[in-house]
Amino acid sequence: MLLFSRQGKLRLQKWYVPLSDKEKKKITRELVQTVLARKPKMCSFLEWRDLKIVYKRYASLYFCCAIEDQDNELITLEIIHRYVELLDKYFGSVCELDIIFNFEKAYFILDEFLLGGEVQETSKKNVLKAIEQADLLQESQNEDWGGLSEDIL
Amino acid sequence: MKECMVRLIYCEMLGYESSFGYIHAIKLAQQGNLLEKRVGYLAVSLFLHENHELLLLLVNTVVKDLQSTNLVEVCMALTIVSQIFPREMIPAVLPLIEDKLQHSKEIIRRKAVQALYKFYLIAPNQVQHIHDKFRKALCDRDAGVMAASLHIYLQMIKENPSGYKDLTGSFVTILKQVVGGKLPIDFNYHSVPAPWLQIQLLRILGLLGKDDPRTSELMYDVLDESLRRAEINHNITYAILFECVQTIYTIYPKSELLEKAAKCIGKFVLSPKINLKYLGLKALTYVIQQDPNLALQHQMTIIECLDHPDPIIKRETLELLYRITNGQNVIVIVQKMLDYLKESKEEYAIINLVGKVAELAEKYAPDNEWFIQTMNAVFSVGGDVVHPDIPNNFLRLLAEGFDDGKEDDQLQMYAVQSYLALLEEEDALYPQKFLQVMSWVLGEYSSLVTDVDPEVILTKLHSLLKKTFVTSETKAWIMAAVTKIASRTSCSKTVDKLIQEFSNSLDTCMRQYAFELKHLCEDKALMKNLLPFDASCNDMVVDASLSFLDGFVAEGLGRGAAPYKPHHQRQEEKLSQEKALNFEPYGLSFVSSVSSSGVTGRQSPTGLSFGSDTSGNSAETGHKETNTLKLEGVRKLWGKEGYLPKKENKVGRENEPQTLSCGSLLAGQVGESPALPSDQVASLSEEDKEKQQLASTLFIGLGSNAGVSLMGKVDATTQKFKRKSKINETQSSEEVSDFQISAASDFGPLLDTVPINMEDCEGNTHTRLRKSSLCSSDIVEDNLAFETPQSLKKSGLDERLSDSRLSQSSLFADSNIEIFQPSPSAQCEGAGKTPLVPSLPEELEDLTHSEVLELCQSDALALHLCKVWTDDSLLLTVFVSNKTTSALHAVNLVFEEAEYFQILESPTYQFPVIEAQSVERCQKCVWMDKICTQGILSASVHCQSEMETRLQFSITLSLLDFIRPMEMTTEDFGKLWLSLSNDVKQNIKMSSSQDSLSAALNTLQQKLKLHLVDTIGNEGILACQLLPSVPCLLHCRTHSGMLALWFRSPCSALPDGLLYQCQKVMEES
Repeated sequence: MLLFSRQGKLRLQKWYVPLSDKEKKKITRELVQTVLARKPKMCSFLEWRDLKIVYKRYASLYFCCAIEDQDNELITLEIIHRYVELLDKYFGSVCELDIIFNFEKAYFILDEFLLGGEVQETSKKNVLKAIEQADLLQESQNEDWGGLSEDIL
Repeated sequence: MKECMVRLIYCEMLGYESSFGYIHAIKLAQQGNLLEKRVGYLAVSLFLHENHELLLLLVNTVVKDLQSTNLVEVCMALTIVSQIFPREMIPAVLPLIEDKLQHSKEIIRRKAVQALYKFYLIAPNQVQHIHDKFRKALCDRDAGVMAASLHIYLQMIKENPSGYKDLTGSFVTILKQVVGGKLPIDFNYHSVPAPWLQIQLLRILGLLGKDDPRTSELMYDVLDESLRRAEINHNITYAILFECVQTIYTIYPKSELLEKAAKCIGKFVLSPKINLKYLGLKALTYVIQQDPNLALQHQMTIIECLDHPDPIIKRETLELLYRITNGQNVIVIVQKMLDYLKESKEEYAIINLVGKVAELAEKYAPDNEWFIQTMNAVFSVGGDVVHPDIPNNFLRLLAEGFDDGKEDDQLQMYAVQSYLALLEEEDALYPQKFLQVMSWVLGEYSSLVTDVDPEVILTKLHSLLKKTFVTSETKAWIMAAVTKIASRTSCSKTVDKLIQEFSNSLDTCMRQYAFELKHLCEDKALMKNLLPFDASCNDMVVDASLSFLDGFVAEGLGRGAAPYKPHHQRQEEKLSQEKALNFEPYGLSFVSSVSSSGVTGRQSPTGLSFGSDTSGNSAETGHKETNTLKLEGVRKLWGKEGYLPKKENKVGRENEPQTLSCGSLLAGQVGESPALPSDQVASLSEEDKEKQQLASTLFIGLGSNAGVSLMGKVDATTQKFKRKSKINETQSSEEVSDFQISAASDFGPLLDTVPINMEDCEGNTHTRLRKSSLCSSDIVEDNLAFETPQSLKKSGLDERLSDSRLSQSSLFADSNIEIFQPSPSAQCEGAGKTPLVPSLPEELEDLTHSEVLELCQSDALALHLCKVWTDDSLLLTVFVSNKTTSALHAVNLVFEEAEYFQILESPTYQFPVIEAQSVERCQKCVWMDKICTQGILSASVHCQSEMETRLQFSITLSLLDFIRPMEMTTEDFGKLWLSLSNDVKQNIKMSSSQDSLSAALNTLQQKLKLHLVDTIGNEGILACQLLPSVPCLLHCRTHSGMLALWFRSPCSALPDGLLYQCQKVMEES
């Protein structure tokens, strides 16, 4: 299971199965070609090797997910959508540049949302948001009072 | 550092080499402050994979962070654990994570569950003991934790659905609550309550309810509810609907739900949204075998999808068509598939589809000509990527042929002719596999075609040999063909030329073939003998032990050569030499491998000499040639059983008359349509008409099929309830005839005008459904009425049974053993009408054995089981008692193949006769094949007397059934200990009652049947073996209330399993 988004170029990639670098590159190239070649009106699912690819386009970004045959395609599409919603809320109307410059944040959000592969962690926006913010708050606090808290500990 | 790491991640993503930074990522996670740690962990999760060696360095950090008081740190550690963690280090963090399951924060609990899910995926053995805790997580007050636990359950239920039937109720309740909107509002997604949760639950229910009417019964309501609630027009509700539909079709069917689900599928298929259409097709494909009528309803849509611009939709449609293919529509469907194949470029798709075309062609081919043509297309389109089974099966089919010799000849002849025509084209490029097939067929069957001069064929093959694109493997096939043809002609210039040309070829293989051919040509009689015509399917006895070389070996031995030792023996000797001084065998496990060298000495040197012997002696090479040739033939005899050509032929023939009638009807229609130029035709555009025609050809078989399947269903019900009432039977048989009539009448209109027919058909099915439901409700009532007295009777019986048991045990209490152990027959005579309780024969009575337990019983039979733990296997003794008053003949006991267990000898047993009111027994030795803590062995007893009885039962076997003590001395233990590599260590707490080492050892010795080798101070060593002979050694040490267990075994899964048992035993005591 992998999830990455791009516009010709990779912007984010996350692999949920162990693969060698070479394979990763090959797969990425192949997928980018096939997905980009598809016309807007076409179906957002496609079969690829023994997997299914679910993709969706948001502005200039394509979001792609590979799922197994027995998985539900529509719900995967909604996972993508939910992820975009989360990004949107986090960055405040997200754009490609946000992801390029803060891609580690995008990864953090993804990790909170999808954990360890096909699993989605929670389906709730608010709680997830809260975690994110709490984390960030704590971090900034930590940075502000970094010396202090270290002394105490 | 943090910035650097972020940049490094970016570089890695762009595809640049950044492995130099991996170690820094780990360092950052280890040492940095919170923010840095976070980036460090992220980098690790992106850079490394599960088996990366650097990952080991992270374990310590993770352990430290898990123990931290800072929530964020714990969260990060849990996140990384659930993403990547080395399998062998799980024991280090497992207790910590288990503790986290009781954490007060739900996010921690959730992540802990998630981490355990990860562990379950990579090492299911290690989390076996915490299954109870999963249950607790399922009941967690936080929905997020509960949702996380569902992942684990989905996985576990996938592997073993029968083990979790008891949870069905809970899952249904949860789903009911979710659907009813009882969850907090923030779980909603586009105003749908927790869709992901719903889908997960639906999937679990589907797995649980499969083929199980009782479990399915529980979920009908909630499924109905889900269908009803999912009304809003949004993708997410469609996703839920789709999952619902799938679940409904997976579980034991219920007609109302099926109807609703069918409606849903209709909505999907007809939707203008392309994604929904795709899903609709997918659902149809899934459903089609159960309910072909549904496809009939949507046939026009399907036809449209066939010409859809999106290839993905096209492909899904083909998949659908593949499922409904039969003898009558095969030509059209295969044509469509081939069209798609020609456009497609993706290798994976081609392999997949080519396989399907070949399968369809073999199964349903209407005539020889078409079959050969299709296979030609398959080979030329599929190229060299086709699965090797396809050409093999094809050739086997050609060689073995059908019942009818004449037809065979025709098929073979046609094949030869078509290949000759193909080879006619001078510069066509064919794939290698295709060429190989061609040359084999030409070699075997070219003489069937009398009007072609063999010389012509030889010339063609010769020219092929000279082409550069032909690989050497293919050349070998061609040469074999040439040899075969040459054996049937008197003398040929081409052959001579060929021999000359290749006698000095650089390719040694070719040169060898040329020489062989030359020598064979010199002796025509021998050649004819060696290469008989059409002998490819005659069985050839291959002397696998190569006994004809015994003499050679004996001679060699006589001259003082060392006897041959097999590989493992040599290795063993080498090992013992290295360690010096150790001249004893390594415990029991190796005894069996040491075999007498006289026997093994036979095998391998001969293989070697045989392979290297390529001298020019004509007799010998000839011999070799035949060997290779015949092996080829033999190999083709072994294939998948699925393609038994004889059966297919029969099916084909049954279909033939129907095809004929359809054909004539179709012809009639074609003839008629110009004659009727009036309203009907005019109303339809040309294109529509074409499509309809296509539809009618595609779905032609389906109409009749539907009739057949419906009839089948009715038949089944009548059979089931045969005893109950005759009125019902007559009713349903009337119905059957009705069906036949309607199906037959359907057939005509289907060809005439599709729209009308569709209505017709729908109307018909509706009335039918109504009828059959009426009828079935009748039956159900009857059945109920019938069942109540029966159950009453049963309970009465049960009471009596327990009574008799009581009396027996009281007898036993009086130590009156003589009465307790009479022979079974005597007992039943004495007991008169009381149920039969079997007991073990005397020779087994002395061995350790379990109590005789009842497995199951019916009116006629009762089954009891007793496990006997013999020294070398687990002996399952099954008692079959005949409760009827007449003797039963031919009672079969069949054990199903189990994943984990192996039944020695055969898995079936037949009792020729069981006298009335008597008990017979059957004994089967069982070994454990694959290690598991507990597994199920299912079996059935089948008896064909005047009334058929079939009893199914399953036996739960645990690892302990296969563990036996292993006697050895302390020195032996030491030696063996050092030679074993797989080890597992674990500390377990000891309860106060058994805090001394001796008490613990005693428990282990008694409960687990371990052999106590020695005790030294606070350490003890034990040994056991898993049958037949896998040793496992255990070293125990006590310190401060803990018992440290250390297992070693040559088998990696055994220590895990035993550890689990130890934990259980220690907790219990």
